[in-house]
Amino acid sequence: MSDVSQASKQSSPNAGGEGFDVAKLLLEGRAFFALIVIIVVFSILSPYYLSVANFLTMASHVAIFGILAVGMLLVILNGGIDLSVGSTLGLAGVVAGFLMQGVTLTWLGVVLYPPVWVVAVLACMLGAAVGLVNGVLIARFKVPAFVATLGVMYMARGLALLMTSGLTYNNLGGKPELGNTGFDALGFNRLFGVPTGVVVLAVIALIGSIVLNRTAFGRWLYASGGNERAAELSGVPVKTVQISVYVLSGICAAIAGLILSSQLTSAGPTAGTTYELTAIAAVVIGGAALTGGRGNIRGTLLGAFVIGFLSDGLVIIGISSYWQTVFTGAVIVLAVLLNAVQYRRRSKLPASTGGQPTSQKRGKAEPANPAQGKTAR
Amino acid sequence: MNSASGTEPATGDTVLSARNVVMSYGGVHALKGVNFDIHRGKVTTLFGENGAGKSTLMKILSGVVTPTSGDIVLDGNHVSFSSSSDARDRGISIIHQELSLAPNLSVRDNIFMGRELRTRTGLDFAEESRQARALMADLEEDIDPMTLVEDLRLGQQQIVEIARALSVDSRILIMDEPTSALSATEVEVLFKVIRDLTSRGVSIVYISHHLEEALQITDYAVVLRDGAITATAEAKDIDLEWIVRNMVGENFDLGSPPTGHAFGEVALSIKDVSVTDASGSGYVVDHLSLDVRAGEIVCIYGLMGAGRTELLEAVAGRVPMAGGQALLEGEDVSRLTIAQRIARGLVLVPEDRQRDGLVQTMTVGRNLSLASIEAFAKGLFLSRPRERALIDDSIRKVTIKTAGGNAMIGSLSGGNQQKVVIGKMLTTNPKVILLDEPSRGIDVGAKAEVFRLLSERAAQGLAVVFSTSEVNECLSIAHRIVVMRRGKISAEFGANATKEQIMAASGEAVVA
Repeated sequence: MSDVSQASKQSSPNAGGEGFDVAKLLLEGRAFFALIVIIVVFSILSPYYLSVANFLTMASHVAIFGILAVGMLLVILNGGIDLSVGSTLGLAGVVAGFLMQGVTLTWLGVVLYPPVWVVAVLACMLGAAVGLVNGVLIARFKVPAFVATLGVMYMARGLALLMTSGLTYNNLGGKPELGNTGFDALGFNRLFGVPTGVVVLAVIALIGSIVLNRTAFGRWLYASGGNERAAELSGVPVKTVQISVYVLSGICAAIAGLILSSQLTSAGPTAGTTYELTAIAAVVIGGAALTGGRGNIRGTLLGAFVIGFLSDGLVIIGISSYWQTVFTGAVIVLAVLLNAVQYRRRSKLPASTGGQPTSQKRGKAEPANPAQGKTAR
Repeated sequence: MNSASGTEPATGDTVLSARNVVMSYGGVHALKGVNFDIHRGKVTTLFGENGAGKSTLMKILSGVVTPTSGDIVLDGNHVSFSSSSDARDRGISIIHQELSLAPNLSVRDNIFMGRELRTRTGLDFAEESRQARALMADLEEDIDPMTLVEDLRLGQQQIVEIARALSVDSRILIMDEPTSALSATEVEVLFKVIRDLTSRGVSIVYISHHLEEALQITDYAVVLRDGAITATAEAKDIDLEWIVRNMVGENFDLGSPPTGHAFGEVALSIKDVSVTDASGSGYVVDHLSLDVRAGEIVCIYGLMGAGRTELLEAVAGRVPMAGGQALLEGEDVSRLTIAQRIARGLVLVPEDRQRDGLVQTMTVGRNLSLASIEAFAKGLFLSRPRERALIDDSIRKVTIKTAGGNAMIGSLSGGNQQKVVIGKMLTTNPKVILLDEPSRGIDVGAKAEVFRLLSERAAQGLAVVFSTSEVNECLSIAHRIVVMRRGKISAEFGANATKEQIMAASGEAVVA
């Protein structure tokens, strides 16, 4: 869980705190507390839950959703939604699987076996292309994000099914003599005992965090998600930002697809079905607002871990998969409910005082500017 | 219901009053023991700057919020409203500054929203239409009840909102800034409606930043400052100066044109610019040309719909030009993006700061720095110390009253929010700044500060173009006054023009 502790050191960009308050702390840190509660409860219920081995297994499940969720967070910060990530994941996996079987160029009479890194890069480019289609539809042709990505979701899934006629590529190992081994390293192998997928998630989360907090692009994203018109009038290239987030989300989906097929050592065209919804849920549980402009990587990661640890815990204690679905749904509803409470507190309180803090200071000559104990950093 | 039914006016002159009302939000006292009376069948105007507590008081009187302490007396009985609909059932209606209409529904459906007339089998559309038509006739507005609200002008939408309040037989009608979007003729209609209502015994509470206008209609004036009533008087005993003195508590002067500096070269040259209207058949801006020199302040005066906003937005790159070009220091910028125009020194402060000016989810500081991100970027990354320095500098120069750059933008008063929008654009070091109604919805004190800021920057060589619908503002800091009418310049004046000249050129009836 190195990634969580890393990301939690990042400042939350939009926390306008006003001093210490237990209720507020519980509310703002709710995903974190939920995760702790989940771990404690399942550790009591099952002797197998609280072990390094189990945590690593669960973390490698979380990695898939986490990577999707980071991409989804970017889209949601922009005020959009990307329903196509699950299908993109599946398509990227299938294309990777197809490339691993060797590409027969009939007119040349040769079979190309691209090395794994080429396969990975091509899969990511495919993800980017799918994202580009989404982004262009939404930014240039003004198709609502929900509809555009819904359509692309079907198209990507259909293409994946077409490519394999509904079958699954089971042989992703490659052959040493062809120089295309190593696909299993993407998700199956471990780096210092940590599954590669988790390491990839940590890296993506770290990059995402830096981009959001430290680059102009991140600032543009928060601004255009918060108020696109104001951002545009301030010179923010809102269209470029909008297209970029879908491209990045597509790339994240492709990476997740590679890792998933490596974890499963097979690439099926139906992989990742409904994963987009899990990713959205993780982002929402992490406190992001679906209206855009609010949310951060740390929350999203916590959201992904909450969902992953919860569903794996339910499996471990042997609850039926039907009940698992009900529980997961309840957690999502609760999260959205708490989001509503938090944003109401945040937006209504200062607004309804209507600038009284300033009028109180009126009469003093200097622009009163005391550094009141702000918890924003 | 412990209130009298309102049939016997037993309590004399006062219909609703607030006694020692205190309202606290956390540690902040929005109202500090206010006594406020609404006179039966009269217009009581509440004057006060933004943040003085006017809206809070009105929210208490209309049941939107419950006061921390104090009493509300309706017809001599103590009451407490559980909700705004409770208050409405007792005859108290409020028309908020932000209209609360559903734009996708017809005028009729908006008027009867939430209390639709029913027959046994469904809705009584015929009766609704009849009543809606009657209300429109009462208000002397030629609006078909079946028109969609989104197809109406803002002023007409305001009338619909009033019609809705009237349709529930309100005895007390609270109007928060009802004229801010109305043209002079529409204001006349509204005032006629108000007089008509008061003669029927309806009590009006009126809030407006247009002091002169409010003074024409009011019977009683009450001034609120920093959460306390500072003065109360009958309208016949007071004048504009009295109001301003009690509101601001200091001398009020919107300033005069800055002198002592020579104008530079032509900074902005608008040549033959046209903008088509929504239907695409006519021009909102009709082949208009205007030169503005460095250091010069030009005021564009015009009624609603005269094309001021469209002109400024076309020059800034927000809406496409149908023809003509805009030259910035001789360079044609008509084909550039907004970002490129900002980079070259042409910026716009939009009219609607909530919708176009501010990112509500960000802090004061990040709003301020939004347009000048390159200034504190180091390669790929943003430099936090440099950003903080830029923000602190901006807060100081524009004199924004805030707890600091990390405060949320929503915690600021309207005037300070407007200063953030202006400060954001000034931080880019522009050569030309366009401001669309920079004084809209901000108080006199903030207005004066905004104008002072602009004249300071003009003296340093900034070309300033601002639009306004208040004649007083034209006659403050502008070196030159351009009057727009139906998309064209109908007249140009120097700083010594009279109100009558300007208003005549705009096509506005001179208000007596």
